[in-house]
Amino acid sequence: MDSYFSILFTEVYKILFLLVPVLVSVAMIVWLDRRVWAFVQKRRGPNVVGPFGLFQSLADALKYIFKEIIIPASSNKLVFVLAPIVTMTLALISWAVIPFGEDFVLADINVGILYLFAVSSLGVYGIIMGGWASNSKYPFLGAIRSAAQMVSYEVSIGVIIINVLLCVGSLNLSDIVLAQQNLWFVIPLFPMFVIFFISALAETNRPPFDLPEAEAELVAGYQTEYSGMMYAMFWLGEYANILLMCAMGSVLFLGGWLSPIDIFPFNAIPGPFWLIFKILFLFILFALVKATVPRYRYDQLMKLGWKIFLPFSLFYVVLTSSFLLYFDLLPGK
Amino acid sequence: MIAHSVFFYIFSLIAIISAVMVTVSKNTVHSVFFLILDFISISCLFIMIGAEFLGMIMLIVYVGAVAVLFLFVVMMLNVAEQKGQWFSSRWDGGTHIPVGLLVSLIIFFELIIVIGGWKYKPDLLNSLSINISSEVTNTRSIGNVLYTDYILLFQISGMILLVAMIGAIVLTYRERAGVKRQSYIKQISRERDEGVDLVEAKRSKGVKIDA
Repeated sequence: MDSYFSILFTEVYKILFLLVPVLVSVAMIVWLDRRVWAFVQKRRGPNVVGPFGLFQSLADALKYIFKEIIIPASSNKLVFVLAPIVTMTLALISWAVIPFGEDFVLADINVGILYLFAVSSLGVYGIIMGGWASNSKYPFLGAIRSAAQMVSYEVSIGVIIINVLLCVGSLNLSDIVLAQQNLWFVIPLFPMFVIFFISALAETNRPPFDLPEAEAELVAGYQTEYSGMMYAMFWLGEYANILLMCAMGSVLFLGGWLSPIDIFPFNAIPGPFWLIFKILFLFILFALVKATVPRYRYDQLMKLGWKIFLPFSLFYVVLTSSFLLYFDLLPGK
Repeated sequence: MIAHSVFFYIFSLIAIISAVMVTVSKNTVHSVFFLILDFISISCLFIMIGAEFLGMIMLIVYVGAVAVLFLFVVMMLNVAEQKGQWFSSRWDGGTHIPVGLLVSLIIFFELIIVIGGWKYKPDLLNSLSINISSEVTNTRSIGNVLYTDYILLFQISGMILLVAMIGAIVLTYRERAGVKRQSYIKQISRERDEGVDLVEAKRSKGVKIDA
């Protein structure tokens, strides 16, 4: 029993050591997002609280904590309260399998990439529950839109993952990174990287695919009835999901914790920093897209997902596998 | 090992309770949420016996896609009212009861067959034609069996699913007149001459536009 508790405490310690930095970086990333957005539009962005406005998100969080939580009288109370909790939890548990370095991962499971995919496909429930439980037109429409959108783009993300797996021969995330030691997958699978990036935008409801919360049509979509800390939890969950998608992109295509070239000044930097650089790079791309691209129409979004991305990535699966088969490069022989 | 069985009982208890709640709860949307909870706890059980691939596929396929569609249908059709009618006093004849009884009888006999086989021939697991080595990962061993020995069955089930999908699309598709569709090729290949017409407008006469 004693050893059981010691295991429990070390695990809890490890989980805290992972989650607290993730939460802090989510707050920082919101600031970064707004700053990049402002720079593109020649504004200043948040620059008052703290140096360069770094503490803006903390000030916002403090404000949310002290705001009143309003639960609509006609809402389905239990589901209404559960929805932000589900969103937040699902956004955080997927960080367990992200490898920050060799042997520097909380749970090194065999089916890591499937776990990531499964958890991100569960993410839609927070939104549906929130939209349905609010018992109001705008949230419901937002939830329906978002569910259809996320299910559609999950399909193309799944096929893209198959492309990567064909080159690796394992579902373990550390194996996926180690398979990129000679060549990052972004080079042979560049079209897949582009499609993954765009699908990730759609999957996380980021502009130009932020139709579930299109303010001109749906007020704030599924978040309309939420206030105070519950709204903040949706918001945190959303940004944690965006960070997770960036981490997934860097693990799948940009070589995770590996340095770009294996010579002195680069490989002296420890692996976790490389992963963080790559996540930040992808996130700044996300922010630039948000600042520059106008919103899609809903039918265009569906057309892009089902009629363009899905056939193209399926075609690329055939291409990748026949290439690997012809040149006898298939892994796991 | 104690922790293992504690988790087993927690997950199976959740699975059973939520399965009961699926049928008992008045609100249909709540039923679907309980169904999702059931799927999740069953995938946890799969992971606990070491079938991690099956557990994850269960999550991805059933929870991530099928249950979302369930929720969609239930929310859109507003089945909640209908379900209330079935259980209320003025239900019409109870035509659903015989069908439900038949299905539950079939499932009951299937369970008897499965449990009987497991009870009276405990070495059934060892009599498999394929030997499963414990060194190979789960995913790899499933792939080894599925794409070699059972490739025909695998392909046939894929075909059946495809046919079902096409059938569903054919059944629900109806051509509607007067729907405006966007054609990118048409939009891009528009020239200036077609779009703009320079007209010399006379004073207080107006311009006649022919569309």
